[in-house]
Amino acid sequence: MYPYSFQYHRATSLEQAVALVSQLGEEARPLAGGQSLIPLMKMRLAHPSDLIDLNFIPGLAGIHERTGELRFGALTRHADMESSEIAAAIPILHDCAAGIADVQIRNQGTIGGSIAEADPSGDWVPVLLTLETSLRCLGPKGDRTVPLAEFVTDAYTTALGRGELIREVLVKIPPKNSAGAYLAFKRCPSVYATASAAVQLTLGDKDRCDDARIVLGCVGLTPIRAKEAEAALRGKPLTAKSIEAAADAARIAAQPTSDTRGSANYKRVLVRALVKRAISIAVRRARGERVEATHEYVAR
Amino acid sequence: MSPVEKIMVRVTVNGKPREAAVEPRILLVDFLREELNLTGTHIGCDTSYCGACTVLLNGRTVKSCTLFAVMADQAEIITVEGLATGGTLHPVQQAFADNHGLQCGFCTPGLLLSTVHLLTKHAHPTEKQIRKAIAGNTCRCTGYQNILKAIRAAAGVPAPDPNAEQH
Repeated sequence: MYPYSFQYHRATSLEQAVALVSQLGEEARPLAGGQSLIPLMKMRLAHPSDLIDLNFIPGLAGIHERTGELRFGALTRHADMESSEIAAAIPILHDCAAGIADVQIRNQGTIGGSIAEADPSGDWVPVLLTLETSLRCLGPKGDRTVPLAEFVTDAYTTALGRGELIREVLVKIPPKNSAGAYLAFKRCPSVYATASAAVQLTLGDKDRCDDARIVLGCVGLTPIRAKEAEAALRGKPLTAKSIEAAADAARIAAQPTSDTRGSANYKRVLVRALVKRAISIAVRRARGERVEATHEYVAR
Repeated sequence: MSPVEKIMVRVTVNGKPREAAVEPRILLVDFLREELNLTGTHIGCDTSYCGACTVLLNGRTVKSCTLFAVMADQAEIITVEGLATGGTLHPVQQAFADNHGLQCGFCTPGLLLSTVHLLTKHAHPTEKQIRKAIAGNTCRCTGYQNILKAIRAAAGVPAPDPNAEQH
């Protein structure tokens, strides 16, 4: 399949990429890993006039730890997130990175590209919303840092201004008594999930839940922060009853639509189950247990 | 629309420097097949799903139908044609042959390269690692059991205990 023709520009610095995207008009788009954009272009659902290739910009990929914070270059591939020992400090990041699509896509797709695409079924945004995450961006007016909570404004729509690009993803390392889990259910490896749940819990004395963040993916135009579900846990002992209440609240918070991946009702039931399981994994991890979690699919 | 300028793509394919000037919209798989006449890399679904077009790009598997050739400029590429040396099959190819790891053979080039990539990361993979490694390769003949057998043979790992949980 051939996409529509476009003009190709290879940026050698982020500053140059910003200048090119700004100058080349509204139909110009940056190209990171291309794992969302290229399929859309092949199906002729997207037809940019110009692509500005970010893949040759030195220093745009990389994982660093600095004063209680992890920093991921925008061009860091999912596979590098998956294998990074630094990123392993926050288990929910590994849950996400290890399960996105398949090996080939993870080798090419990037964290910055996934966030900027703001696909309602994307994995990184719900996961990173359970943590203190902000994005360092560079635009024609200079550098700014945007909290992730203010970044995704609608389906496929972000707070990025014209010509503005993500440079780095900054994630605060949670305290020792805090842990999370991400579970996404998909029909087979290479597709987007049907529903997903990201949970981050902070435990206090005697299994009291001091803080909770619960974010649902694929069941709304943007990831949904299930605040009622969080309230069902916050400040309360983590019992079967409070966990059930949180899962119920998450089911109600979901706003799914019926599509080829499942009916709206099915997705609500799925969200409930995923939240319940993610909570139990997060609790075990917060107590110091090593538990594996990632995307699940039928024929795993 | 103004005419689109062709871009020179210089790559090393199976150890040899190759180059061709192509339109930017040319996919890596079409570059390999049509410009370099390396037709071992197959086009299956052409929608980033099936993995028949898998090649190694700088040592990592990618789906060459989901990459523009210009993005691979200056890269080292290994295709299925680069696996055998002289008349000798690559050990992974030999294992697929010995274990009937192919039926129609269409998905085989991709599966071979996914296996090579797996074995560079994990010399002795677990059953779970094997299954995860080929999750992005579809065998339309559904010959997965013998493909798994072939990969285990190539890796020198035993079949999992059928009574134990395999995942």
